[in-house]
Amino acid sequence: MSTATATAAAGTRTVRIVYFAWVRERVGLPEETLDIPADLATIADLVRWLKARGEGYEAAFTDEKIVRAALDHVHAKPQAPLGSAREIAFFPPMTGG
Amino acid sequence: MTSPLVRIQREDFSLQDEIDALSTGRADIGAIVSFTGLCRDEAGTLAALELEHYPGMAEAEIARVGAEAAARWPLMGLVAIHRYGLVKPGEQIVLVLAASAHRRPAFEAADFMMDYLKTRAPFWKREHRADGTLGGWVEAKADDDDAAKRWEQAP
Repeated sequence: MSTATATAAAGTRTVRIVYFAWVRERVGLPEETLDIPADLATIADLVRWLKARGEGYEAAFTDEKIVRAALDHVHAKPQAPLGSAREIAFFPPMTGG
Repeated sequence: MTSPLVRIQREDFSLQDEIDALSTGRADIGAIVSFTGLCRDEAGTLAALELEHYPGMAEAEIARVGAEAAARWPLMGLVAIHRYGLVKPGEQIVLVLAASAHRRPAFEAADFMMDYLKTRAPFWKREHRADGTLGGWVEAKADDDDAAKRWEQAP
């Protein structure tokens, strides 16, 4: 965290991150607002950054291929650029219907 | 067709009320196909399903699927209702209605809607067991992905 805080003025941006189902349970939060490094280019980059934040995140993203993501309410692949997305969601494969 | 009607709600719904709302006052519709998904009791082991959803995205994603269906078939109406919260065995979970002049587009559009709703709409089911314990999150089925892929081929 100290690195991110130290560079806050230089290169972070604020995003809302939301979690659902067992991803939410493992992270331990339904949502949070985070200042993320502006140089995180893709969803996969953000996942790697989140995993370094603690055990809960590590557990949620143990198998990165399973967890799905959405940018501003639209499904997105791990290699998708974060762009200017304000709300980023992580969740398991869907089981509705 | 006007945009698909999408509702995400805790409360139950009535198939007949939805058909009436779609068809009353018009005589151009020749076919309405409905699909209703119910909660099974899994041989008596299930007390309820808990449905979690992503508010905002659930509506948006189902509307996107509905718009794809409307672009693909000549529809005169399309309705999708999905419940969230606790649903007990025997209760309704989801409803899809597709209306058209003829039966084939209505059947196909309803089938398409359900296949994509299962794989794309952000809902997650968790089991509450009859013995009082909290079961696990229901796992996604490869069958559902395969069913959705059928529609990727050219119509």
